[in-house]
Parts: sequence; C-alpha cells; structure tokens
Amino acid sequence: MLRAFIRRALAGLAVVVGVVTLMFFLIRLAPGDPALLLVGPTATPEQLASQRQALGLDRPIPEQYTVWLGRFVRGDWGSSIATGRPVRGMISAAWPATVSLVGLSLVLSYIIGIIVGAVQATRGGRLDTTLSVVTVTLFALPGYWLGLMLVMVFTYWARALPAFGAAGFDADFLTGWDKLADRLRHLALPLATLTLIGIGGTARFVRGAMLDVRNAPHVAIARAKGLSPVQVTLRHVLRNALIPVLTLLGLSLPALFSGAVFIEAIFAWPGVGRIMVEAVGARDYPVIMAATAVSATLVVVGNLLAEAMTAWADPRLRAQPSGAA
Amino acid sequence: MAPLLAVDPSLQRDIVATRFLPPLSTDFHGAFHLLGTDRFGRDVWARLLFGARVSLGVGVLAVLLSVVIGMAVGAAAGFWQGRTGLVLLGLTDFALALPRVVLLLLLASLWQPSAALVIVVLGLTGWMTIARLVHGEVRALAARPFVESAVALGVRSPRVLVRHILPNALTPVIVAAALGVGNAIMLEAGLSFLGLGVQPPTPSWGNLIASGRDTLVNAPWVATAPGVALVLVVVAATLLGDAVRDRLDPSYRR
Repeated sequence: MLRAFIRRALAGLAVVVGVVTLMFFLIRLAPGDPALLLVGPTATPEQLASQRQALGLDRPIPEQYTVWLGRFVRGDWGSSIATGRPVRGMISAAWPATVSLVGLSLVLSYIIGIIVGAVQATRGGRLDTTLSVVTVTLFALPGYWLGLMLVMVFTYWARALPAFGAAGFDADFLTGWDKLADRLRHLALPLATLTLIGIGGTARFVRGAMLDVRNAPHVAIARAKGLSPVQVTLRHVLRNALIPVLTLLGLSLPALFSGAVFIEAIFAWPGVGRIMVEAVGARDYPVIMAATAVSATLVVVGNLLAEAMTAWADPRLRAQPSGAA
Repeated sequence: MAPLLAVDPSLQRDIVATRFLPPLSTDFHGAFHLLGTDRFGRDVWARLLFGARVSLGVGVLAVLLSVVIGMAVGAAAGFWQGRTGLVLLGLTDFALALPRVVLLLLLASLWQPSAALVIVVLGLTGWMTIARLVHGEVRALAARPFVESAVALGVRSPRVLVRHILPNALTPVIVAAALGVGNAIMLEAGLSFLGLGVQPPTPSWGNLIASGRDTLVNAPWVATAPGVALVLVVVAATLLGDAVRDRLDPSYRR
C-alpha cells in the first residue's frame, strides 16, 4: 500500500516537472518579449538589449532553464517582470483563495450531487425525469455565462450580493462576525456558480453508478435478508456506487481548477487563476512558471488524495499493486 | 443556413437609431428585431446565427482533430503492445495530467488569436480520452478469433488494424466525440470570452457573451441569448451521445 503510494507520488512529481519543463520552453518559443513590454515601444535597441541582459533573456534557452530550475527548487522564485513584486509573495497570497473556492465548491457539489443522484436512482418515475433535465442542463452551463447571469440577477437587479473581489472596500475596518459575513457575501456568487455546475455532473454520475449496482447479486441478498429499503440503499447500493464517484472526484479536479480560472476572471477573485491570466497577457515569465507549477502540484496532489480515498473505500484495491487496478 | 434566416449583420448601417432595442421590438425602418439589438445597433438574432456557424464549426473541427490523433495513438498503442504501446500510453497519461485550461490559456495567448488556432489548440488538448477508449477496445479486439484468422491468412498488420479492428472499435469513439463537441464548443466560447479565441467583429458565441458582459445593466438580452443557445447545443450533444450509446452499445440496453 505505502510502496504503491510512494510510486504514485513519484509519478506525480514527474508529471509536475514535465508540465513545468514543457511550459518553460513553450513560452520562450512563442512570440512576445517581456523586455519589450517593460521598456516600451519607444526604447532604443540598446535599451532593449540591456533590459534583456538584466533579465537574463539573452542567454541560450537551455541555460536559462537550468538556472531557473535550480533557483526555483531552492525557493527563489524571482520577482514579477511586470510589477517587480516577489513571485512567492504573490502566489502565497493567492493560493488560499483558489483552494478555498475550489475546495468548498467540491465539497458542496459532491454532497448535493450525491443526494440528488441517489434520490433519482431510488425514486425513479417523473421525479427522476425532471431532475435529469435539470442536471443535464446544469452540466451544460458554461461557468462564465452562469456567473454573468447570477451577477445580473443578484447584483444588478436584487442588489443583494457583491460581484467583484473577495472582500469589500471597508473590510479592513470590520471585525469578528461582520468580517466573516463580508467574506461569505463575496464568496456566495463564485461559489454558487462553480457548485451548481458541479452538481450536474456528480448527480448524473451517481445516478448511473447506483443503477448499475442496484441489480448486483449482493443487493438482492440484502433485500432477501429483510433489510429495510433505506438500509439496502445506504449500506449496500450507495456505498458501492461511491467507489467510481471517488475516482471521478480525482479526475474532476483538473477540470474544476480550469473552471475556476474563468470564474476567477469574471468575479475578480484574487486567486492563482487570475494571476495566471494576467501574467500570460504580460508575458510575465517568472509568474507564469510559478503559477503553472503551483496549479500542476495542486492537481497532482488532489489526484493522489482521491486515489488514497478510493483505496480506503474499496478494500479490493489495497492489496493490488498500482497499475493493475 | 444562417443567411436564409437573418440579414447579414455587417450589412446594417444605421448604428445610433437602432442601439439597445429590447427583444421583439421594431425599429423605425420597420425592421423587426426578435432578440433586440446590441450597442452597435446590430441585430442579436442575426449575430447569434452567424456566430453559430463559427462556434459549431470550431467545435466540430476541433473534435475531429482530437478523434484523428486519439484513434491513431490509441490504435497503435493497443495493437503494437510492448515498448511502442508503453511509450504511447505514458504519453497519453502525461497529457491527461496536464492542466488543460492552463495550456489552452498559454497556447491561445502566446500566438495571434484566431479560429484556426482555437481548433488546433482544442484538438491537441482533447485527444487523450479518445486514445484511452480506442486503446482498450483495440486490445480486446486484437485477441478475438476473427483478427487472429485475418493474421493467419497473411493479411499485413496495418491492414488488419484499419480494416478489421478499427471499424469494430468505433462505437465508444462516436459517443465520446458527441460529448466532446459540446465540451469543445463550451471551451471555444470560454477562450473567446477571455478575448483569446475568435476575434471580433467575427461573431462567436463566446465573444458575443463577452460583449454582452459590458452592457449587462442596460441590455441584458445581449449576453443572455448566446448563453441560452450554447446551453441548448451542449444539452443536445450530451443527449445525442447518450442516445447513440444506448443504441449501439448492447451493454447499456435495459
């Protein structure tokens, strides 16, 4: 178990290194020069050359890569080309915002999605059909558009919830409950957007998995033993149906982070995604690289956690070496 | 079909008089605007139809590209097991672990944005699930008697793969492609929404939503209409995928 886990962790590390390496060469091969953006269009060629030298961009790309990687591993992430601020400060200020948004929406959408899917699979009939229409529609909603619609209704029409940022202008003067309420009010719309979409996919998947398990022999036996329908559903159907759902949870993490990039852009949520979008526009190499490394790491760690949870839920997977499962 | 159902929006001239008309209104030229007009006085319904050409076209072509790459990689990995298969599978898993939107953002913003770039980028980042599916199918099929008999008859292996194995592995690919079209259209719209996809004035549903974002307060219909269209198409693609699977895959028949 532990050995398999260590092997998966090493594979995950290799993926992170691979992603970062790929990204490093991609952004340097693509057109666009951060030095040019920094010195401005009126600069002389000499000024541009000295700026490039100062940033180390005049050296061969493989050399830049080794220098960057060495510094990055030692914790020296450089400073932003566009703003001059240290990259580590920017990222460490941003990632809790992303993780809290993505994590909360993950928990909420799985809880609600599992309940909805379970109700659909056990009740069937017209309720199932109605909920199916709702979940397929939710699943098909593009996040940025749903976000806009929520802003339109709750911010412009109802004037109930703020649409931008993670805290109000007066947040620094608030204390205790008021501060928490301010945070929650700002969290409401982005969280609702991500969660609503997540519910659609989860409910559809849970419903399918439960229908598959429902006709399995062990369920028939449980019924024949005289267990109540609730017990059969909770202990024998839902529990087994949750194993593929946990796997899905791991697989959906990258998609969730991806979705969060759009949501952060719309709601001006101060997370890693927004930093990334801004850095890409400004060709801010050190920031792009750090944000890439952090988001790739978050995705890989999330996958590992999901795998560990699957092993916990399904004893059959524990004994097997990884790869065979 | 779009030109039959609406006037080409680029032919409209009078901007000021027809700005921000609400849906179902008639301007003083007597032209009827089913979904109203945007801030340049352009008919939203017409923009929607012409945007559909771009969005649907990009979505379908991107999925076609991923299907071609995915089938090639998956079939090769499933047929030539051993070192080739291992390398290709490793590549697939690696590509699957790449954060797709991060990659999309980078690729789309580093080169000059265009519809062609969006197709290539979406195609290059979407082939992995298809490759996985095809790999599984091909592996299972390669051990079946009719394939062995073809090999025994002396049919050369590329021909065995193309004529005998791949046609039998198509079902899950068709399903995945139908689901993928919806997803690709959504991502295209997302990129265009961030300004990294199809560039205005060429309409796509994504940049229509983006342009409606600025006028959300006084003209909410501009952003609402393309979003509703997008949802309908993605729902349709999802249901189509489900229906095809139910039809073609015996194990899903109940």
